[in-house]
Amino acid sequence: MELYELTVHELSDLIKEKKVSTVEVTKSFLDRIEKIDSKVGSYLSVLGEDAVKRAMEVQEKIDKGEAKSPLSGIPVAIKDNICTEGIKTTCASKMLHNFVPPYNATVTKKLLSDNAVIIGKLNMDEFAMGGSTENSFFKPTKNPWDLERVPGGSSGGSAAAVAANLTAFALGSDTGGSIRQPASFCGVVGMKPTYGAVSRFGLVAFASSLDQIGPLTKDVTDCAMVLNCITGYDPMDSTSAKVEYPDYTKALVNDVKGLKIGIPKEYMGEGLNSEVREAVLKAVEVLKELGAQCEEFSLPLTEYAIPAYYIISSAEASSNLARYDGIKYGYRAEKFTDLLDLYKQTRSEGFGTEVKRRIMIGTYALSSGYYDAYYKKALQLRTLIKKGFDEAFQKYDVILGPTAPTTAYKLGEKVNNPLEMYLGDIYTVSVNIAGLPGLVVPCGFDSNGLPIGLQLIGKPFDESTLLRVGFTFEQNTDYNKRARIGGEL
Amino acid sequence: MNKIPTTIKGQESEVSYNMEYEVVIGLEVHAELSTKSKIYCSCTTEFGGEPNTHACPICTGMPGVLPVLNKKVVEYAVRAGLATNCHIAEYSKQDRKNYFYPDLPKAFQTSQYDLPLCSNGYIDIEVDGKQKRIGITRIHIEEDAGKLMHDEWDTASLIDYNRCGVPLIEIVTEPDMRSAQEVKVFLENLKAILQYIDVSDCKMQEGSLRADINLSVRPVGQKELGTRTEMKNLNSFKAIVRAIEGEAQRQIEVLESGGTVIQETRRWDDVKGMSYAMRSKEEAHDYRYFPEPDLMPIIVDEKWKQEIKDSLPELPEARKKRYISEYGLPEYDASILTGSKALADFFEDAVKNTDNAKAVSNWIMGDLLRTLKEKEMEAEQIPFPGEYLAKLVTLIDKGTISGTIAKKVFEKMFNQGKDPEVIVKEEGLEVVSDESALVAVVKKVLENNPQSVADYKSGKEKAFGFLVGQAMKETKGKANPQMINKILREELEK
Repeated sequence: MELYELTVHELSDLIKEKKVSTVEVTKSFLDRIEKIDSKVGSYLSVLGEDAVKRAMEVQEKIDKGEAKSPLSGIPVAIKDNICTEGIKTTCASKMLHNFVPPYNATVTKKLLSDNAVIIGKLNMDEFAMGGSTENSFFKPTKNPWDLERVPGGSSGGSAAAVAANLTAFALGSDTGGSIRQPASFCGVVGMKPTYGAVSRFGLVAFASSLDQIGPLTKDVTDCAMVLNCITGYDPMDSTSAKVEYPDYTKALVNDVKGLKIGIPKEYMGEGLNSEVREAVLKAVEVLKELGAQCEEFSLPLTEYAIPAYYIISSAEASSNLARYDGIKYGYRAEKFTDLLDLYKQTRSEGFGTEVKRRIMIGTYALSSGYYDAYYKKALQLRTLIKKGFDEAFQKYDVILGPTAPTTAYKLGEKVNNPLEMYLGDIYTVSVNIAGLPGLVVPCGFDSNGLPIGLQLIGKPFDESTLLRVGFTFEQNTDYNKRARIGGEL
Repeated sequence: MNKIPTTIKGQESEVSYNMEYEVVIGLEVHAELSTKSKIYCSCTTEFGGEPNTHACPICTGMPGVLPVLNKKVVEYAVRAGLATNCHIAEYSKQDRKNYFYPDLPKAFQTSQYDLPLCSNGYIDIEVDGKQKRIGITRIHIEEDAGKLMHDEWDTASLIDYNRCGVPLIEIVTEPDMRSAQEVKVFLENLKAILQYIDVSDCKMQEGSLRADINLSVRPVGQKELGTRTEMKNLNSFKAIVRAIEGEAQRQIEVLESGGTVIQETRRWDDVKGMSYAMRSKEEAHDYRYFPEPDLMPIIVDEKWKQEIKDSLPELPEARKKRYISEYGLPEYDASILTGSKALADFFEDAVKNTDNAKAVSNWIMGDLLRTLKEKEMEAEQIPFPGEYLAKLVTLIDKGTISGTIAKKVFEKMFNQGKDPEVIVKEEGLEVVSDESALVAVVKKVLENNPQSVADYKSGKEKAFGFLVGQAMKETKGKANPQMINKILREELEK
């Protein structure tokens, strides 16, 4: 077995036992990127020599006994909307094609202080808007399972890189499903933590009240290990939660006996691909056999989640992205006549179609005379959707359902149909609207051999129960093992 | 009701109107808070500094950064609210005001929209001996923008982000003012209050206090408000007074000539004494306010509010009343003294060291204010402590120096910042009370002025005064005048 095929915890053990050096590990991934990534297109920047140098420094620390974190020497790649000091952070946009932040995101700092080795920055939909990574200004990323297909998005680069063994683990961001849907499409484990559990400082904002950084990993154990590193209160983020953060690896227990799991019938109805439905139902049977109590229930307002999401996220985006005006950094149009024209030309040329579409939707929704009809209504819906989950969680420990209505679709298939693309977010957006944690684990394959992801939704700050269910499911099925075939590429 | 002046400075002709008009004015006042650090980051708020040296990724709105509210800003705004009799909201929030301009790096200003921190307050003012209550609609917190510099390069404008993120409070009044004079007094009172409670230094020339004026006119007796204009770019009390008078006359002339006032924003050009239309209501920005999702609601609980209330110092109005009752000062003097915190503090520093408050007040009202005015200095810049003024008063009261000498000592105190006792000692300015010395002086004066002696003896009392003057002159003003009087009489009667 190659080093790049191993999980974080496997690599961590080998490094700790001095069976491999951090440099060997890093080089193993860098070589594979060199060989394979031209096909997958998951990276926007690769830190070759810098990563090796960093791995050497970490090895020295390990040898001196100064690097105790299990992530010491583990290669990580980061979605390109998370700031990395001195390393380009482009958001896959022409607007920031040359932007090098002079600061680190809090998660970047945490990874570095845990001695992880950053090996590169990952492709995404421009400013995290999209579900296929086709909205990248630079290039589309392909699904390692079928290079004709999309990896999902917006964290498509992150999911594809983990699936294709191009990194040991990755960070992504999830505003409406951007970690979970690509995890589902690529057959990896992805977690959107509770809103406030991971600092957003240094995450280039798309929709501030919905954005959350999370891990994409090869298995649930890795997910727990990365959560241990990146969660925590951050005084630099006012929306960061001051709560006790547990040791998530303690949740890795092979037991779901007595857990109450609810399946929203609205998640299993019309619009859901039958092969996905079957895989989810099969997963329910597995969990039942393992002693969980599973039942269907009704989660009303599910149909309103998409309109509410697109209004709130676009409204916030229209304001968050206004700073890209060609004045201070990033792209500036070459030709303009005056200040207003500078703004117009820069923003017309610097943003892609989907980003412009969202800015327009959001600007409209906040405009005087429309605010009450759109934005205010959406906020009211948000309250009601939250309430619906609160009520459900009085009865259930975990809510279970599909992640996306389909498996990975073909590149170009939905590019000209944004509405259809938006409807693909139906099972994921509510989780962001309600600020809940959501975990996706592989739960089967369709007739084309494409992976299907099971979504587990938890109570606020109860990532542990999700990890427990995910871990138990992983231990008692072979989907995860079957999903780790990226090496065939 | 105040009539519009029928002439305006700089205009020759007298104007008379068909109707009598009333001017209605409300203000939007921005005051920079004197917190050490900015509202959402730890950069210094210090004025000046090389361009863009008081700026960081947060206040320049770089990608991915987040704001964290400076608690002091809330505290200062609540102080201002309490000092102006406002209701303090237990729950308020911050909102984004979206517009594009290069001095606003995030392309939105974080402000407060529908739930401000303070509301429903008032300040009492007194104009022409009449009390009037001016309503404060609201006070909210927001961030300042940067500064554009257009003149340094030919082909480009430069931006200085030092001021970006400096905390402001915006104070919005009810349309309760009816004249430029009322506005001036209101602003003076407001400025004094903000200085007293130490939340803003209110330096208009540095832009730390700025006022926008909403003004309309209506025929006297009409209930409905006329169409208003908003005037910006006012950076001195004088400019404000001129702008109000100018804009009121402009609006009246529009109405008198059968036209209608257009709701618009106007820019006052103080040099030309004219206002110019900047943008009409139709062109007004749609700011697309919405709640700032990066910041949590502001909670001011009863306990915190009480703590802030308890920490408030005595306010100008209360201080003025105390000066009248405690020191027996005339109302006019008391209101001048308390009009500036620095001056009032100086006064109190002085009266701690003497019982003669009246004399201290007279010195401040007279020589001190006159000297400050001559030297174009502010009360903050008085070059000696109040204690010195008390010493000067004591020197006079004890008869150590004469009133004439005291004026000279005061001048030296002001120019050199020296202790008056030291000045008197160093320069030997003590009153001469040595009888034998003074007898010698008097004898000399009588010898040198035989004509005046003869005049006196022939009954001309005037000549006595002349001789006293000569004796004082001889001693360079240092002689004890009572003793000179006595000795002179004795010698002349001999």
